[in-house]
Amino acid sequence: MARLLRKLRKKSFNVCRVLPVRSACGFTWSAVWSKFGFKRKPKTKRSKRFLQGREPKLNENIKNAMLIKGGNANQTVTQALKDIYSLKKPNAVMYKKKNITRPFEDQTSLEFFSKKSDCSLFLFGSHNKKRPDNLVFGRMFDFHVLDMIELGIEKFVSLKDVKNSKFPEGTKPLLIFAGDSFETDNEHKKLKSLLIDFFRGPTVSCVRLAGLEHVLHITALDGKIYFRSYKALLKKSGCRTPRIELEDMGPSFDFTMRRTHLASDDLYKTAHRQPKALKPKKKKNVSHDVFGTKYGRLHMQKQDLARLQTRKMKGLKKRKGEKAEGEEVEATTAKKAKTQ
Amino acid sequence: MAACSIEDVLAKAERDEAEKLKSISVHKELELEFDPGNLIAFDKNPTDTRAFKKQNKDAFLRSLARDNTQLLINELWKLPTERVEEVIVAKLPEPTTRLPREKPVPKPRPSTKWEEFAKLKGIQKKKKTNLVWDDVHKEWKRRWGYKRANDDTKEWLIEVPETADPNEDQFSKRIKAKKERVAKNELNRLRNIARGQKIKVPGVGLAPSDQQSKTELGKAIHVAKHSTASVGKFQGNLPKEKAPKNIGKKRQFQPLIGDFSVEKQKQLDLLNIMDSKKPRIDITKAVNKQMREEDRQSGFQKRKSSGKKGRKGNFSGKGTAKGKGKKGGPGGGGGKNRKPRMKQGKR
Repeated sequence: MARLLRKLRKKSFNVCRVLPVRSACGFTWSAVWSKFGFKRKPKTKRSKRFLQGREPKLNENIKNAMLIKGGNANQTVTQALKDIYSLKKPNAVMYKKKNITRPFEDQTSLEFFSKKSDCSLFLFGSHNKKRPDNLVFGRMFDFHVLDMIELGIEKFVSLKDVKNSKFPEGTKPLLIFAGDSFETDNEHKKLKSLLIDFFRGPTVSCVRLAGLEHVLHITALDGKIYFRSYKALLKKSGCRTPRIELEDMGPSFDFTMRRTHLASDDLYKTAHRQPKALKPKKKKNVSHDVFGTKYGRLHMQKQDLARLQTRKMKGLKKRKGEKAEGEEVEATTAKKAKTQ
Repeated sequence: MAACSIEDVLAKAERDEAEKLKSISVHKELELEFDPGNLIAFDKNPTDTRAFKKQNKDAFLRSLARDNTQLLINELWKLPTERVEEVIVAKLPEPTTRLPREKPVPKPRPSTKWEEFAKLKGIQKKKKTNLVWDDVHKEWKRRWGYKRANDDTKEWLIEVPETADPNEDQFSKRIKAKKERVAKNELNRLRNIARGQKIKVPGVGLAPSDQQSKTELGKAIHVAKHSTASVGKFQGNLPKEKAPKNIGKKRQFQPLIGDFSVEKQKQLDLLNIMDSKKPRIDITKAVNKQMREEDRQSGFQKRKSSGKKGRKGNFSGKGTAKGKGKKGGPGGGGGKNRKPRMKQGKR
């Protein structure tokens, strides 16, 4: 930036005047740059593509998650973080070192991390006497915390403890939420949305039917939340749809809801706003009936039926000599034209 | 015997069918809600807490999960399928669950000055080929950039034109011209960005360059002079300083090809104004003028009268002097749209 401006200063062209690096009022082009958030211009095409990947887009990228350990994280919490990391494998970042922050008090360090690693979901694990085995699930909007929910682990069974065959990482799971409190209680609703966001996986247009193995079942019961992960075995049944047998696999948690930090309603509204371009375009004048027949609608101007262009029968054209016959023939031809 | 066996066979077939369907059917009080686009199922049935407490918790949860998964799989198997590279694949619909975005909706890029001009004139972008044939090197080279076709800075022979100075270096002249063009382009790019982001670029005189022309200096002086609290009313001039020319707002003209209806309306309004019998008066201006006139008159009267008195009897010496000094001050009350009067300091 400074180099460029020094070069500009040396040149003298008549068309435009040169702006120096430092001026009396303190204006600099570099200040202009940093106002839009660029630190420096990308020098290679590769870095430019990388930065473009991180810009806001119409169709967004899959959300990345960052898993952070708190000041004192014990064995349970570390193992839980590792298991969830393996569940979310390619789209997650695991921070190896401990970070002494408190998400509910100060969110700046979390926001800084999310900006650096371009992660909009986070999972913070900590342990202290008041809140043992604590996990904070959270998500960001525009690199600011949107909502956070703290869950305490009552019982935890790790991936290692269950000796079964696993499936490859990156399989899109089937999510099932059971329990009426997910519909009635506001905090549970937000938790449901958060967990869907966390474990959803990439949005795909088609899915291989034989590959639907991973099932995450979340039940809300008696104020507790039971998180279970199963491997689905598709057994033969008489008809096309297979019968399911479940095998206990992955990590299983028994959570209790602790604190929550939810955003205001307007912030939720802003975050949920979809751009108009993404709304599916309504196809006009096409309708389907019960049987699946496709109907189309044509809009025509009013037609003057007396001047309609119909088929001409050259042989039936009136000639000069045939007036009497012609009238009868005319009547019959008119009828014929109508039936045709 | 045959009849019995046939009946048996039929009954058996029926039972088999029922069993097959049984294996995949699940009975639930409330139907589940599905979001096949995201592979999600929502089960709203209240969970049977008593059964949960009696049984082994994990077994209960597993059976519940099995039932729900079966229903979700039934739903997914209803979707249209296709065969992609020997694999059966189901086409998923759009996801229905509304989830918050990660980043806000992108704002459209602000258009540059050229883009606006092109939009106004209706100029379309013409797609150009990437490579151009270079006759000198007899090969295809890129249109612009590194090792481009028809690069005039890389010529080894330049004919000196007749009008040019024989001692001038034509090669460096071409290189300098290229560098100037690049710098100008860069400046325009930055200006476009500044205009798009609505950042204030420093105006006249605030960012001085090496050689400033007479007009620029004049403008800078004018700006500096009028940056006082009294908007330059009391700034003295230098002995031979002349008032600057071409100061003031540049007239903005409407574009030639604009909104025809607007233009028509303007012309008609103009005609109406010319036709109307009533004169157009700016009331505020008129009132202010009147007030000022009145004040002036009263001030003049006071001076005259006090002056006479002073000459006659020299009544109140200091008082009148004070009176003389003040010029109608805050008297007279505030008019309707009276402009704030400037307090006159010691002269």
